[in-house]
Amino acid sequence: MNEPATAIEAAVAASPLHQLKDELDIVIPTIRNLDFLEMWRPFLQPYHLIIVQDGDPSKTIKVPNGFDYELYNRNDINRILGPKASCISFKDSACRCFGYMVSKKKYIFTIDDDCFVAKDPSGKAINALEQHIKNLLSPSTPFFFNTLYDPFADGADFVRGYPFSLREGVPTAVSHGLWLNIPDYDAPTQLVKPLERNTRFVDAVLTIPKGTLFPMCGMNLAFDRQLIGPAMYFGLMGEGQPIGRYDDMWAGWCIKVICDHLGLGVKTGLPYIYHSKASNPFVNLRKEYKGIYWQEDIIPFFQQVVLPKDSTSVQKCYIELAKQVKEKLGKIDPYFDKLADAMVTWIQAWDGLNPTSASFSNGKIG
Amino acid sequence: MSLSIKDDEIDIVIGALRPDLTSFMNEWRTIFSRFHLIIVKDPDLKEELKIPEGLNLDVYKKPDIDRVVGTSTSTIFSGYSCRYFGYLVSRKKYIISVDDDCYPAKDNKGILVDAVAQHITNLTTPATPFFFNTLYDPFTEGADFVRGYPFSLRSGVQCALSCGLWLNLADYDAPTQALKPEERNSRYVDAVLTVPARTLMPISGINIAFNREVIGPALLPSLRLGGEGKFRWETMEDIWSGMCVKVVCDHLGLGVKTGMPYVWRNDRGDAIASLRKEWEGVKLMEEVVPFFQSVRLSREATTTEDCVAEVANVVKEQLGSKDPMFARAAKAMVDWVKLWKSVGSSTSSPGA
Repeated sequence: MNEPATAIEAAVAASPLHQLKDELDIVIPTIRNLDFLEMWRPFLQPYHLIIVQDGDPSKTIKVPNGFDYELYNRNDINRILGPKASCISFKDSACRCFGYMVSKKKYIFTIDDDCFVAKDPSGKAINALEQHIKNLLSPSTPFFFNTLYDPFADGADFVRGYPFSLREGVPTAVSHGLWLNIPDYDAPTQLVKPLERNTRFVDAVLTIPKGTLFPMCGMNLAFDRQLIGPAMYFGLMGEGQPIGRYDDMWAGWCIKVICDHLGLGVKTGLPYIYHSKASNPFVNLRKEYKGIYWQEDIIPFFQQVVLPKDSTSVQKCYIELAKQVKEKLGKIDPYFDKLADAMVTWIQAWDGLNPTSASFSNGKIG
Repeated sequence: MSLSIKDDEIDIVIGALRPDLTSFMNEWRTIFSRFHLIIVKDPDLKEELKIPEGLNLDVYKKPDIDRVVGTSTSTIFSGYSCRYFGYLVSRKKYIISVDDDCYPAKDNKGILVDAVAQHITNLTTPATPFFFNTLYDPFTEGADFVRGYPFSLRSGVQCALSCGLWLNLADYDAPTQALKPEERNSRYVDAVLTVPARTLMPISGINIAFNREVIGPALLPSLRLGGEGKFRWETMEDIWSGMCVKVVCDHLGLGVKTGMPYVWRNDRGDAIASLRKEWEGVKLMEEVVPFFQSVRLSREATTTEDCVAEVANVVKEQLGSKDPMFARAAKAMVDWVKLWKSVGSSTSSPGA
């Protein structure tokens, strides 16, 4: 049912950036409800939603009126992927990556159901998706750091000393947004600083330099599915797995290594969303516990990964990465063996659902 | 400030390229007055310096420079490079340096930015070059390391260099500013971040601070453009020096931060007039950047002086034949290390 558009909605709908409404899907994992979408309505209603329902598939998820969506629960995932559904996590928001796989669009924006519209320091509501689109549609600059941050932002440029040959930049594959209010801290930090809130609005977008890894948070994230989609696997988490809350981290390390290899860019910074819910730190600690130890080995692994020159597509890079995960991380814990297998299953499932992209070569070799 | 830094551990070094420092000093007075200042007059400047009373400072002019390093050597301190003489003769642990056409800025709440305090905070809190923190400086009030940041990397490394930014007239090159003559930087980005290891950047000399004990010899006058002039648009000396510093810091496991503090940089000069002079520098960067990205120092280089000497060697071998400017720069770097050892205070401690 469609309400008559308000003046704001009409203005927003008329905004030129809404042309991407046919090229972008919004993927939302949820286990409860989607009431949060009401606040986002002026900015997100024109877009198609892919809702991945985690947990009990017999529960009905209520989607606010007026949104165009497709919804998948666990039964749907099992039906669509068959045995390959084993790579999709259950009882963890990692299941969202199923949404990436079934999407037919070029761009994905994913957001958690406890993330609301934030305000900038002037009090203006932030259209997070609009900023993500700006980020994705303008080049990244991973080869040399610009001290004035994003040189393509209004009112900014490349500084003195920045080589002109590097000023065209490279295509942006990922736009990583941030969070006001409840920051994305791990359990130990949450326990030590339960009251800390992020109130600092940093008015910048920057490219994460080549060769530098970062902790990618899936709460407020957008990416070019055609450039990097197959690498956005959120791993094996949740039920039956020894670890949780490392889904987006895992994807972040994988995509960064692959982006660096293929000469693609990853941006971080604006937009901000308002993160309203602090999850239970004791529950989080139990989920993260192994991850906190394992990441000490995982990070050096990713820092040292070298992908062969003939890995010229995302899928090839990812399969190669899976091989190296099995070889080098398998000895830490059998979990990594399983994860490496799941990474391969994921690619098979991705290619199965996206046949034309199977031979799609991305970017140039970094 | 996070540690209790004694004011007498800090020198503020100002290179005077223009004679009348009255308004500069008066604008900075409330921030500078606690500290000792070293003013170095550009040896090419003919007029007498005008400096207001009431500040604790030492002024060095051409005769002083000649006396300390000899008349043949003093030419290396011409123009913006005069400040390096101040670094050489300072005996303090921390140095803060701003160009003489910069004034204190206001933050986005309208409060005057104490650039000295921010630089010192940057230098006395750890840097985190090995993994990017998405909430920027984790040691800042109200921030921390985010989920997924390895715990073993959370103590960070010593920060050797703090690079500040500029409101109003940003540090653009002449072609950029000439194309956008009205563009002024009004974006106050409330962040400090560590520049990741092995990531290079153009380090501007307009607003910097460093730990002299740890990295002093690596800030050096060496690359001089043929047409180097008295506007930043007509120089690359700081950019070159900054590339050396970053390579040395990366090798020694030291950190470099960028971001706040901001200074307000006054409009000065004409970008179009400077175009011809800086074009040379703009072309050079095409060689300079890939070169520095490829430099690898040996395990044996464990002190800053050793690192600088090695970089100088590689510059000579790989760039010297491409342009005599590089050959001269390499020699200047070697000479600088010698000068530092003889005139500079005790040698820097071995790298971390």
